[in-house]
Amino acid sequence: MKALETKNLGITFGGLKAVDGFTISIEQGQLYGLIGPNGAGKTTVFNMLTGVYKPGSGAFFLEGQPLLGKSPVEISKCGIARTFQNIRLFDKQSVLDNVKLGLHNRFPYSAISGVLRLPSYFKNEKLMDETAIELLKVFDLDGEAYTIAANLPYGKQRKLEIARALATQPKLLLLDEPAAGMNPNETAELMENIRFIRDRFKISILLIEHDMSLVSGICEEITVLNFGKILTSGKTADVLSDPEVIKAYIGE
Amino acid sequence: MKAATKHNLVTYAIVIALFAAAQLASATGVLGSHLSGLLVPISYYIILAVSLNLTVGILGELSLGHAGFMCVGAYFSAMFSVITRDVITTPLLRLCLAMLIGGLVAAVFGVLIGIPVLRLRGDYLAIVTLAFGEIIKNLFNAIYVGIDKNGLHFSMKNAMSMNLDKATGKTLINGALGISPVPRDSTFTICFVVILITLFVVMNLTDSRAGRAIMSVRDNRIAAETIGVSITKYKLMAFTVSAFFAGIAGVLYAHNISMLNTKIFNYNTSIMILVYVVLGGLGSIRGSIIATLLLYLLPELLRSFNDYRMLFYAIILILAMLLNNNEKFKSLVSSVTGRLLHRKGKEAAEN
Repeated sequence: MKALETKNLGITFGGLKAVDGFTISIEQGQLYGLIGPNGAGKTTVFNMLTGVYKPGSGAFFLEGQPLLGKSPVEISKCGIARTFQNIRLFDKQSVLDNVKLGLHNRFPYSAISGVLRLPSYFKNEKLMDETAIELLKVFDLDGEAYTIAANLPYGKQRKLEIARALATQPKLLLLDEPAAGMNPNETAELMENIRFIRDRFKISILLIEHDMSLVSGICEEITVLNFGKILTSGKTADVLSDPEVIKAYIGE
Repeated sequence: MKAATKHNLVTYAIVIALFAAAQLASATGVLGSHLSGLLVPISYYIILAVSLNLTVGILGELSLGHAGFMCVGAYFSAMFSVITRDVITTPLLRLCLAMLIGGLVAAVFGVLIGIPVLRLRGDYLAIVTLAFGEIIKNLFNAIYVGIDKNGLHFSMKNAMSMNLDKATGKTLINGALGISPVPRDSTFTICFVVILITLFVVMNLTDSRAGRAIMSVRDNRIAAETIGVSITKYKLMAFTVSAFFAGIAGVLYAHNISMLNTKIFNYNTSIMILVYVVLGGLGSIRGSIIATLLLYLLPELLRSFNDYRMLFYAIILILAMLLNNNEKFKSLVSSVTGRLLHRKGKEAAEN
């Protein structure tokens, strides 16, 4: 079964076709890249896949399950998690609480048990704490568990966002420009991390990236988007040597 | 112990210490009759500020109609108490039931207003809650309600047009004259217990799964949605709990002044509570308590200053906002406190 299949996804903003006929399929455990010039519609694709925007046409399936028309909350429960191009953390809460929010639907207990401190509160809070710390350890963030998220340095904020997304136990992880603002060393480390995440959590990853070293380094297949339409799809090396792609990126 | 738990325990301790001090001062006559009479009002304002902090500070939505929920709680509970005055003769039991009714009715209004409005973003909630507060106030100002053996009677014209039965009829709400007399069941001790309950609910809610979810809506709505937090549910939860306690504060108010009318439930009161919350620090429950105490007492202590109270509030509010957003001021404060702590540490080391 495919991890993700999209069929002719499209969306229009006031007469402008932001994305049109977007069809890709991602194998289980694959690292898939989505590239394209600025304004090509990459983030719009992510917003459709997470239910933030309702696609105007087409359909998409996560492990065969149709997700079109579901709300972001339902899609999250089905198993798609994401990070954002401009980091969106819960700034005023601690690093630990950020990850615990990712665990929101995995260890549920009612607000009443929370207020009255019933046994289910203590049981689930303990499980949440343990699971969250374990996840933070993977990203070497456990030392800063009680730091306020806004006070973390940039690179760690990116890591925390990934940790929070993974806390929801996704089947598919969408990374929106994970290397943005990172230096070459940090990017190299990130590449290792992404591969490690894929293997350890046994998930598929779709990522948007401008950094070609990262894309060619880890993506097995890529799709190039230009002006909302797919320019080409295929094995990374083939696509990157395609003259059309070079033209779209660098010009003639 | 968890840091949040420790912080909460200190807050309880502060409230208990303040209560004990106030009781002692009141009993020994240090406070005098005027200040002793302010103990109950301070208490319900603390409840109002703490509950509004849940909406404004923790959920991050601006509500300008807190006095409206207070009004609903006050009127419904006062009607209950007037009707049952002869049936339930224990004041404590009557007040407890009245609080339950006042709180629940206010919560129902919270849900009714919250469902349509909380789906919207931005300033809509502020505008609708502002309108709600004014509408409720004017509604209770205009309505006549009476009871007789045939049940409840309503009129929007005058008391006569309710056609109450002469022998068994009793006017409950007499238009702009309101409800009187309401049994004076509120005592400082009861208020103190209600404050503790309010703190218990609000602080435990905040420090739990639901509380984190409520704060995640405030911190980043889109991120909260994409990790599976239902925005509407948690907004409604915070708003309803907030309305519930505003209703209870209204009950304590109504049962403290035997003549209940709508005068106090106006825009100014809502703003005043908001000022307590903002000055105490958004999201800080302890701050709300302390700010309420100081800002309520200060004008009372400086009676001659009372005329300028609103001016005084405005200036303080503006200064607080300016200073809170001023990096220089913040670093000055932290360097001063840092130096003081350092000196203390030095002295301790020398000793």
